[in-house]
Amino acid sequence: MAILVYAEHDNSSLKAETLKTVAAAQAMGGDIHLLVAGHNCGGVAEEAAKVNGVSKVLVADNAAYEHQLAENVSLLVKDLAGDYDAIIATALTTGKNFMPRVAALLDVAQISDIIGVESADTFVRPIYAGNAIATVQSLDAKKVITVRATAFDAVATDGSAEVVALDSATDAGISSHVSDELTESERPDLGAAPVVISGGRGMQNGDNFKLLDGIADKLGAAIGASRAAVDAGFVPNDMQVGQTGKIVAPDLYIAVGISGAIQHLAGMKDSKVIVAINKDPEAPIFQVADYGLVADLFEALPELEGKL
Amino acid sequence: MKVLVPIKRVIDYNVKVRVKPDNSDVDLANVKMAINPFCEIAVEEAVRLKEAGTASEVVVVSIGDKKCQEQIRTALALGADRAIHIETEETLDSLNIAKLLQKVVEEEAPQLVILGKQSIDSDNNQTGQMLAALTGMPQGTFASEVKVDGDKVNVTREVDGGLQTVALNLPAIVTTDLRLNEPRYAKLPDIMKAKRKPLDVKAAADFGIDLSPRSTLVKVAPPAERSAGVTVETIDELVEKLKTEAKVIS
Repeated sequence: MAILVYAEHDNSSLKAETLKTVAAAQAMGGDIHLLVAGHNCGGVAEEAAKVNGVSKVLVADNAAYEHQLAENVSLLVKDLAGDYDAIIATALTTGKNFMPRVAALLDVAQISDIIGVESADTFVRPIYAGNAIATVQSLDAKKVITVRATAFDAVATDGSAEVVALDSATDAGISSHVSDELTESERPDLGAAPVVISGGRGMQNGDNFKLLDGIADKLGAAIGASRAAVDAGFVPNDMQVGQTGKIVAPDLYIAVGISGAIQHLAGMKDSKVIVAINKDPEAPIFQVADYGLVADLFEALPELEGKL
Repeated sequence: MKVLVPIKRVIDYNVKVRVKPDNSDVDLANVKMAINPFCEIAVEEAVRLKEAGTASEVVVVSIGDKKCQEQIRTALALGADRAIHIETEETLDSLNIAKLLQKVVEEEAPQLVILGKQSIDSDNNQTGQMLAALTGMPQGTFASEVKVDGDKVNVTREVDGGLQTVALNLPAIVTTDLRLNEPRYAKLPDIMKAKRKPLDVKAAADFGIDLSPRSTLVKVAPPAERSAGVTVETIDELVEKLKTEAKVIS
């Protein structure tokens, strides 16, 4: 069986989640190729060639793919699909955007956001915000799948795959990129950070999120937030951890002033160790926390920072 | 300009779902149902476009059994002008839904189709993108801002790491994210008025599309329970346990 995995990247570096998606492809079994679609993305191709378990890296380097617009990338992937039994992408915003378009162009259903591989055609995925886990068998000859990266362990990067340049430029000509407004941050990516510290409505305002900075610096952590904190306007939406935001599963997750609504738990309950700091001893977050501290966060946070 | 808004009837987001004892599916008997929250945002956005004079007509469409007419009436009460109900007793997957919607798009010829980015039951996040592929339209997914400008629409999208704005030729598909708007509450007079708005019922079987399922649901299980751990009394104790017991910090 031949599997095409779509590499997530920003034209300069390969996203760590791709290593986990390759692991999911390995669980299906077969010859794995990585597709790098972008512009001036030679560095990504070099990184991709080192990903273990990959036999070939296909590089489509063209201005049409610079912003990985769904209209253009889906045509590229559809053109390549004939050679593969399965097409797999990470369930991040790029993959979520273009993959269903690929599936429809190929007239196959898509299995979204898998967290387990039972066999080459049977997959495990969360439904109802993770409140139920479905096992689904695909009846399509060709599989189109997106992977929840946090559910798989990254493959190593000491391989050496063949790199093949594709001479492809499929511009659908119906959409164009206008601008990006990306959050500048020195911190690790929420989805890939080994430690995440998140604030909730208990933080009271956006300024108080600064209390998390020092701790995040000491732990090399990413900073997240609950939907309540985002809805209240404390912090931007790209910090949101939860069913409607980012799904994270770090080694250590510290929830501060977060009550633990179902939709937040769906985004972080697969973390290895969960710490909850909340002044309400009845908060549902304590039911999933490995270590709970009932305390006023405005006293606890400075003390924690001092003792790390 | 006509705006088409496909909507879905789902379990109310406040209800905690339970898996059936035989693990065949989740138990939806006697459970409160509602319009999918992302679909509600889509209806609101379409109605606002009409109020702003950009849209001339808002048409909602829902695919499902008779009961989804409740959600259709909700959408009409929020300000949609008329509705189409495509009736089926089957649970259809996203691709088949997209194929039925493609037929509606061909007939209605909307300039803009606004859908929720995903439904909170199957969590697939597929239908809008699939409809875009089948109709050959561009797509602006996970929208937090929609601005129609002549024969184009600018869509600001919620992406990993921030926001991205794309310009799409009309007609186009937009899928909504949470921050696009805050849906209004329907007022009583609007709810009464909604009962008299036109609702056209069609049978899914009459569309001449092969709607056979593309996957089999093997089983549904409850998620692994995470048990509560220990309560620590002090920061010192917490730091100590994280170092020596959990070994996640050094």
